[in-house]
Amino acid sequence: MAELKYMLFLGCVIPYRISSYEISARKVAEKLGIELVEMPEFNCCGLPLDPVSHDMMLTLAARNLCLAEQQKLNIMTLCTGCAGTMRKVNMTLKEDKKLKEKVNGYLKETGLEFKGTIKVRHLIQMLAEDVGLERIKATVQKPLNPLKVAEHNGCHVLRPTKYIGFDDPENPTILKNLIELTGAKCLDYMDETECCGAPIIGVNDVIPLQLAREKLNHIMAVGAQALVTVCPFCHMMYDLHQSRIERAFNEKFGIPVLHYTQLLGLAMGFSPDELGFKELRVNATKLLDQLGS
Amino acid sequence: MSETKETREKELGEKAVIKVSEMDPRFKYEIRKIPGAEKIMLCFQCGTCTADCPIARFSDSYRPRKLMRMTQLGLKDRILSSDVIWLCAACFTCVDHCPQDVGIASIIRALRNLAVDEGFIPRVYKELGSCVLKTGYAYRIPELRHRKREEQGLPPLPKANVESIAKLSDVTGFSKLFEEKKVA
Repeated sequence: MAELKYMLFLGCVIPYRISSYEISARKVAEKLGIELVEMPEFNCCGLPLDPVSHDMMLTLAARNLCLAEQQKLNIMTLCTGCAGTMRKVNMTLKEDKKLKEKVNGYLKETGLEFKGTIKVRHLIQMLAEDVGLERIKATVQKPLNPLKVAEHNGCHVLRPTKYIGFDDPENPTILKNLIELTGAKCLDYMDETECCGAPIIGVNDVIPLQLAREKLNHIMAVGAQALVTVCPFCHMMYDLHQSRIERAFNEKFGIPVLHYTQLLGLAMGFSPDELGFKELRVNATKLLDQLGS
Repeated sequence: MSETKETREKELGEKAVIKVSEMDPRFKYEIRKIPGAEKIMLCFQCGTCTADCPIARFSDSYRPRKLMRMTQLGLKDRILSSDVIWLCAACFTCVDHCPQDVGIASIIRALRNLAVDEGFIPRVYKELGSCVLKTGYAYRIPELRHRKREEQGLPPLPKANVESIAKLSDVTGFSKLFEEKKVA
């Protein structure tokens, strides 16, 4: 098996307000023997600026790829947006010689050159493809047996298929398998692969809340006790904004939203405190009590 | 949402009669040159994009099929000045489902880039952009967060090379977009 060593790309949303994801991811990675190297320098993956300037997005993403290339490390991200963007740019620049020349022309100004020698992995892709389900399963000490959850993949870990090429975007099963190896049951529900809506919350705060509300309703309908996410942006939509959705629609959800790494961490035997459960907006105490964690 | 937004959304939807003088026949060729938007002419208006679009289900104005047709017709001014193009969440469902592989989300991105060129930029993107230029991060990370990381046993955040970002911003033309732009 290849060495499990990656350059960790944190992105912007996690350090800004979703530290529970980082805390739990680092714990879980350590347990699995994954070595995470910090970025020597950081800049945004470029995704939020794509609507303003496609060239700037390409260049910012490529700059991060170059920094990882210099250290001969593959990139691992916790954010699906960062993963999707850098995967897409990595692939496009490798395939499109003209575009690569253009971007390298920009990067030259800062002494960098994109070569296309590394890979970009999202957390769940790394877990499923590089670490392997069996090896993860072997670290489970406290199976989360009675627990029933629902999953939300996040668009950019699945689509566009042409660039991502991971799992089946119409019927994704990898995250479900990762969840079920913890002993928790992962339930099917309506419109599982639907977007959380978060990317447009800065221009329209009505539609994203409607979308998120619909998802929460769908997972409540099947009796899920928690929603499991693998993206800080999606997490923000369902956790941070859940009380706002409750107020706007005069409904009550109270559905804890966990990062996959928190769920796995619990099964590995870490305490909720070690996994940043205190940072969650929607209280998960009831769920934790039931698990005896 | 602002009142202007409501007005514009209505305009995009309700003006059923299109004057020939409004149409710019060169617009589709202009769009076609942009990476990712090459296949604009292939849209045959089947409507799969709109039918599968999560935003369209909750919006009265956002219709990707309509935007593709308007682009083909060259209704440049109507499209670029409209807030509707800023409603795509980039979930890429339309990209995956389009039978003609039109790459709708990339075309909408191209339209947004052109709108910014024309001076229309939603405030949120101005903020994200200037934050990346100032700090490398898309959001301003408060000092409190940095201190909390230490308490939580997390390593310090990697620093940005702001000079490098500024250089890249200049050569890509990004800096210029932020000078004296009105906010849409």
